[in-house]
This record gives sequence, structure tokens and C-alpha cells, in this order.
Amino acid sequence: MSASALALPKRSRLERSRIIPTIVLILGSIYTLIPILWVVTASTKSKGELFTTFTLFPGTGFWDNLVELSTYEHGRFWLWAMNSVIYAGGGAVLSTIVSAAAGYALARYRFRGRQVVFTILLAGVLLPQITLAIPQYFLMSSIGLANTHWAVLLPVIINPFGIYLSCIYAMGSVPEDTIEAARIDGASEFRIFRSIALPMMVPGLVTVFMLQFIGIWNNFLLPFIMLSTESLYPLTTGLYMLLSRGTGTPVLYTLAITGALLSIIPLVALMLFLQRFWRLDLISGSLKG
Amino acid sequence: MTSDTVPAAGTAPQRRRSARPVLAPWLFLAPAIALFALFLLIPMGYAIFLSFVALRVEGGAFGTRQQVFVGFENYVTALTNPEFVASLGRLAIFGLIAVPLTLGLALLFALLLDLPGVRATRFARTSIFLPYAVPGVIATLLWGFMYLPSTSPFNYVLELVGLPPIDFLGPTGVFGALANIAIWGGVGFNMIIMFTALRSIPSEIYEAAKLDGASEWQIAWRIKIPLLSPALLLTLLFSLIATLQAYSEPMTLKTMSNSISYSFFPLMKVYRDAFGVDNISGAAATSVVLALGTLIVSLLLLRVLQRRTFEEVR
Repeated sequence: MSASALALPKRSRLERSRIIPTIVLILGSIYTLIPILWVVTASTKSKGELFTTFTLFPGTGFWDNLVELSTYEHGRFWLWAMNSVIYAGGGAVLSTIVSAAAGYALARYRFRGRQVVFTILLAGVLLPQITLAIPQYFLMSSIGLANTHWAVLLPVIINPFGIYLSCIYAMGSVPEDTIEAARIDGASEFRIFRSIALPMMVPGLVTVFMLQFIGIWNNFLLPFIMLSTESLYPLTTGLYMLLSRGTGTPVLYTLAITGALLSIIPLVALMLFLQRFWRLDLISGSLKG
Repeated sequence: MTSDTVPAAGTAPQRRRSARPVLAPWLFLAPAIALFALFLLIPMGYAIFLSFVALRVEGGAFGTRQQVFVGFENYVTALTNPEFVASLGRLAIFGLIAVPLTLGLALLFALLLDLPGVRATRFARTSIFLPYAVPGVIATLLWGFMYLPSTSPFNYVLELVGLPPIDFLGPTGVFGALANIAIWGGVGFNMIIMFTALRSIPSEIYEAAKLDGASEWQIAWRIKIPLLSPALLLTLLFSLIATLQAYSEPMTLKTMSNSISYSFFPLMKVYRDAFGVDNISGAAATSVVLALGTLIVSLLLLRVLQRRTFEEVR
């Protein structure tokens, strides 16, 4: 910015013009942060304080709430947390591997049927996976897998959108000449994929992993339909159950609130940490070409 | 990444290549195809099958219950069911509030983030995106308590200034309450998609407009928004799909509000039909209708999207 006196009117106009956008963005941030602030303060309140003190003032019961939540049904909350990690972590890792292999094959091989496979997989993006959950339940139950960890883990490994993003990313980041050169050097197709293509695809795959991890972590309907044993629940279904029981016993409300806070902390931390590695432009750019 | 470094799909065969691997691509695709068939195609086929059959008692009073083919009967029953029609209507009201506001706010924030000289953009971007990491059940739990008369900070403030409290969880208020949860959870993700799309527009385009004396407002309206249209259609597509599948929010808010019935939204009715009243065929027919509806809406939007992109290329 020029420091000369002549530029002064222009500068102050510019300053004014950017104050309003800044205020609007701050207001937007306040809107998104209020519920977070609320859960932080509410989780510090004891049962008595929750309904009696001003809702955004901190209380005195955080430690008690934590202890009570941890001892609820012999530490069932932590079991739910562990299940969430298993479903989201395991499901997202497996899903990313499957998507990477499929996306790479579609992006870097020319073979008969490629177009057909691509179109069918792409149509899968548009299939509302949630309406599939009920028939999936009947199938799982007919092979005896309903109400097991597998019932929630297996269906989320296939992720058409992840395959699509991997394909787009492989097209942009794995040069065909490099593959060709490795082939001439006598590397096997699997070796080319594992040692050359896969490392090049990492930034895109981090995005695929994160999208799927958050998707599974946040999923409610699939575990809700598949599971009836409470000890197999992930956090979403578990907290829902606490809340629906809380209607009769308000004691469970404080547990649900403390549980809500504890279950968003790891995800928010993960998101903030991985933010720089995300390539969300992949999504916006993905339909341009 | 510029598009000229991306090898076009059609150019490969003209190059000299070593022996073309035939089996390798299929091996790489095998897990995906197998899982796709198992968890998408077969369930879909099974749902379609279920939607055309019904359990009937055959052979008089001592007969057994048998699956018989009933044609489109389940569809007629499902589509003419007043509860289903009402649930679609409620979903439409919810969607008409939530979708435009989500996308409108996302676009506004994305454009503001893209303005030169705006402060606190990093903070705003992160905090507005944050709710994306909060599951629908938990988002509803947080907002639900902020709606409850006894714990609501909003009603506390209203009371302080002498205004009547808002009945967030009443029969009409609940639509706004649900829409607000959807908006809160959806603005950030859509904002990021639009923002990254804005970032990929070369800045020379704006420079030229600025030299011609265009204001930031004109640049946003005349240049940025038209160039954003593919991203806008994409976010509209995502939002519509998400709206049709709204489930965890109304289910969770139901635990706090009497204004939400078990068949409030279509998917809740599907769940109750299947597991609550044991009407699996009806649930299957309704699922197929919802899936078809989503598919048709998506394909129409994608058609528009393709035509636009095509025109741009020309």
C-alpha cells in the first residue's frame, strides 16, 4: 500500500470497505461457535446447576460429570468411543485403500469395459446410501452378521465418491510417462502402483480418508439400524440413546452433554491438525473437466 | 495444478507403449467391484424385489403366509398414504428454508473471504468450517438444549429485555429449529467448496475489470458468481441429497420436542414401517421412490452442469 499523502482518501475508503466484510465474517464465526461455547460451559455444570444458572456461565461440576460419565454402566461411554474409533478409523483406512486402487486403475489403464465400470461406480455416488441401509440390514442378518462390528464396518468400505476423487487425483498427479518408464525398467504392475503411484497420490488420499472418516464418525442411521447391543454402539447412537432415556431421567442429560463435548474434541483436533493437508479443491474442481 | 499437465484420456493410444497389461486393472478394481456389488447392487436389487411382493395368507384359514408378487400395489399404497405425503410436505418446508439459506450464507462467506484486505479470514474460515466435524446427533443435542425453555440462552436474554420467549420446539418453530441445525452444520463445507473454486479463478480476470473501474460488488456479481456456477450446482446437488436423507437431526430433536412425530420426515416413516410396524414391503417401496427421486434430481442437475461446462469450453 502506498504511503504517500495523495493515496490517503483511497486508502481510507478501502479500509472502510473491508471493515464490514470482516464484521460479517466475525458474526458468522460467533454463530458457529456459540453451540461449542455452550457445550463447554454446560458440561461444567452439576445436575442442579444445569437448569438453574445462566446457561453460558461455567459451573462447578465438570470433574463429577466426567467421573459419572466414565462409570456409567461400567465405562460404557469409553466403549462407544473405542467403537467409533474402530468403525471410523478402520473403515476409512480400508475404504481409502480400495478407492486408491480402483481410482488408479480407472485413471491410468485403458481396457475394455473401463467406461462401463466408471459409469456404474459414478452412479453409485448418486445412490442415497442411507436408503440402502434397510436392505443391507436384511442381508447382514441373513448371513448372521447383523448386530456385530462387521455390520457397521463392511458397508462403509465401498465409497463411490472416494473412488471418483482418487481417479481425478491420479489423473492429475501420476504422469503416464513415469509409469511407462517403470514398466520398461521391468517393474511389476503392483510394484508401480505401490512404489510410484501411491506416494504421488498421498495428498488426494488424505482428503479421501478425512472425508470418509468424518462421514463414518458422524453416521447415525447405519449403526442405529444394524446394532441392538449397546456395547457395540458408536458415540452417535450411544449419545442418542442417553438422550432419549433422559426424557424420563434428567440425570442422563448432564451425561449426554459431557459426552457430547468429549466426542467432538478429537474430531475437531484432527480436523484442525489435518486442515493444511486437505485438498478440498479436489471436490470443487472435480466436475470442471 | 493446471489442466495442461493433465494428459487427456484420449491421447494415450497414439504413444508407443510396452505390452498393454490386461489383467492388472481388473485386479486393482476387484475389491471395489466386489464390495460395490455386495453392499450397493444386491441391497438395491433386494429392495426393489421386496417392493413388488407382499406377504399373503394363502389357502384359507389354515394357510401359510407366502410371498406373492403384487405388482405396483405397494407403490400405490405408499404414494397415496396421507402420512407419507404429509412427511414429504414437511420435508419440502424444511428444505425450502434450509437449502437456500445454507447455500446463500456459504456463498456470502466465500465471497467475503476472497475479498482483498479482509481481516481474520483464517479464523473465520476455520470456525465456520468447524461444525462439519460435529455429528448431526451431537449438533442437535447442542442446539436442542439451547432451544429448551429451561436452558435456552436466547430466551434468557429475551426475558431480560422483557420480550416473550420463542417457542423453538413448538409445531411451527420446530421447522426453523431443524433448518437452523442443518444450516449450522452445512454452511462451512459448502463455503469451503465455493471458496476453493473461487481461488482457482485466475486473478488477471479481476485485474482487467478493476482497470475498467468495476467495484468489488460488480466483480462479485458479474464475474465471480457466473464463474462459480459449476460449484454452486454441485453444492446444490449435495444439499438436496442431504435434505432428502434428513434423519439423525429430527430423530434426536424428537427426544426433546413433542412436535416431531415418528413419521415426521419420509426416512423416519420408512424406518418405522420396516422395524416398528413390520411393513417391510411398504418400507422398501418408499425407499425405492426416495432413491429414484434423488437420482432424477441429481441427473437433472448434472445435465445442467454438463451443458454449462460444455458451453464454457465452446
